Amino acid sequence: MKALLVGEYREGKLLDSIYELLAFAGKLGAEPVVVLVGDAANVPRCDGSVYLADVATYGEYNPDLHKQLLLAVIHKEKPDYIVFSHSSYGWDLAPRVAARLKAAQVSEIMGLVEGGLEVGSCNGKMRRIVKPVTATAVFTIQAGAFAAQGEPQGSPTVLTLEIAGAGKVQFQGYEPVEAKDVDLAKADIIVSAGRGVGKKDNIPIIAALAKALGGELGASRPVVDAGWVNHSHQVGTTGQVVSPKLYMACGISGAIQHLAGMKKADFIVAINKDRDAPIGEVADVLIVADLLQFVPALTAKLR
Amino acid sequence: MRLLVCIKQVPDMESRFKVNSSGDWYADADLAYRMNEYDEYAVEQAVLLREQLGAAADLTVLSMGPDRVVEAIKKALAMGCDRGVHIQDPLVHQKDPWQVASAIASFARDKKFDLIFTGMQSQDRGSAQVGVTVAELLEFACATTLVNFSYADGTITGKRELEGGVKGVVRLPLPALVTCQLGLNVPRYPTLPNIMKAKKKEITSLAVADLLKEEALAATTSFYPPVKKGGGVVLEGDPADLVVKLIDILKDKNLVRR
Repeated sequence: MKALLVGEYREGKLLDSIYELLAFAGKLGAEPVVVLVGDAANVPRCDGSVYLADVATYGEYNPDLHKQLLLAVIHKEKPDYIVFSHSSYGWDLAPRVAARLKAAQVSEIMGLVEGGLEVGSCNGKMRRIVKPVTATAVFTIQAGAFAAQGEPQGSPTVLTLEIAGAGKVQFQGYEPVEAKDVDLAKADIIVSAGRGVGKKDNIPIIAALAKALGGELGASRPVVDAGWVNHSHQVGTTGQVVSPKLYMACGISGAIQHLAGMKKADFIVAINKDRDAPIGEVADVLIVADLLQFVPALTAKLR
Repeated sequence: MRLLVCIKQVPDMESRFKVNSSGDWYADADLAYRMNEYDEYAVEQAVLLREQLGAAADLTVLSMGPDRVVEAIKKALAMGCDRGVHIQDPLVHQKDPWQVASAIASFARDKKFDLIFTGMQSQDRGSAQVGVTVAELLEFACATTLVNFSYADGTITGKRELEGGVKGVVRLPLPALVTCQLGLNVPRYPTLPNIMKAKKKEITSLAVADLLKEEALAATTSFYPPVKKGGGVVLEGDPADLVVKLIDILKDKNLVRR
């Protein structure tokens, strides 16, 4: 069996997610072949072959052209699996390749089980086993689900990859992160507000608890999208990744993107009306309560 | 300009999910359904563009599924779509993303759409495949995960949300398909007059068998709740008692002053 692993290159750097792809190939028991649009100074440390297309020619984001590059390698290597990270690059590119090959795609794989691939469902509240029925399959793997073992090592054989072609989508450049008014990465205690707080007027209730505990206010994505709290407070893959001593999640159901941003906290307390909320999976203590009753009572007791 | 927005109806994610009798999806009973959250942003963006273009535009909303999905179509019509298309399929949950995309592409192929909007993924299945696959099947330019959208002179300028809060700015020519991320805009609530007006808008019903000729490429073999990991304590009861219990735990961990 052979797995073609699609690495990512962003703002001049090879992303470490390539080592998760290599770990996944190991779990599959497949021979890895890496393909990457990058540069020769930044190839992964691994054995085997790395197909390298020059980023100066093909760009960091040019999905139509990157698809054609991958199809050229797939034609030559005939892999059983084509594996991407489930990232803004991977979920954008994988279905294009799968459609061209008419291959099954399984998205955001979190585990390998007897008879198929385990993926999340219903905002993380449920799980599904998916089984491809095509000879070749395209996979995207969940960030962090297949951790690299030990220090990466090896020096691959680098093969130059070139094609002629053009893409429809034009990449204009990156827009940097907005300036932060709080650095959550330095906070020992974070109390975060989620959609369960109900409305903007209730944010001060959560902020008051953060203050009483000597911590900072955090927030989940829906609260930031709704404009209740500004983006610098957002915890999760598109906000900040934090590891405080205490993380209190108030009215946060626990979407995978949020969990990825806070599950390394030393101690996690979740306050939620729904005892089945996925946040319960990472919480050390789950308080099943109406936060609008519970949080003010807790704050009063702490003062 | 011909616009299409594709939406899915999904259960409220606060629901308690039960496994169905065949063990491969949730049981339909006792669930409250709503429009997939990502698709609300797609509808809103399509309606905003429809308003920007005025009489030069026509906006179709499409949904695939059992009869209940007509409710989601009606909501989109009340938000400002011009006409609805219902691809009738009581067994849509057994179709894989390839089949759903194939049915949509088969409908769209001869309609000369210039621009298609979809959510970036559904909340229940979360495959993030259908939109991109439709674009591939129709050979449209495509960009995913937009948190900003503008259109002028035949060109779309969008901002894709990348990891860590960084955004990637992209330009696309027409015809194009874009998938919409949460926070792209502020989806409107349909007003009562618009709900009344929507009742007069046409909804065309099509049988899935007339559009879909493709077999599934992947199968869901089981569906189940995750195994609860040990270690976590669940506390329930009177809020005042819970406050005392939690403070004791936090003191024990040296997380609050004694």
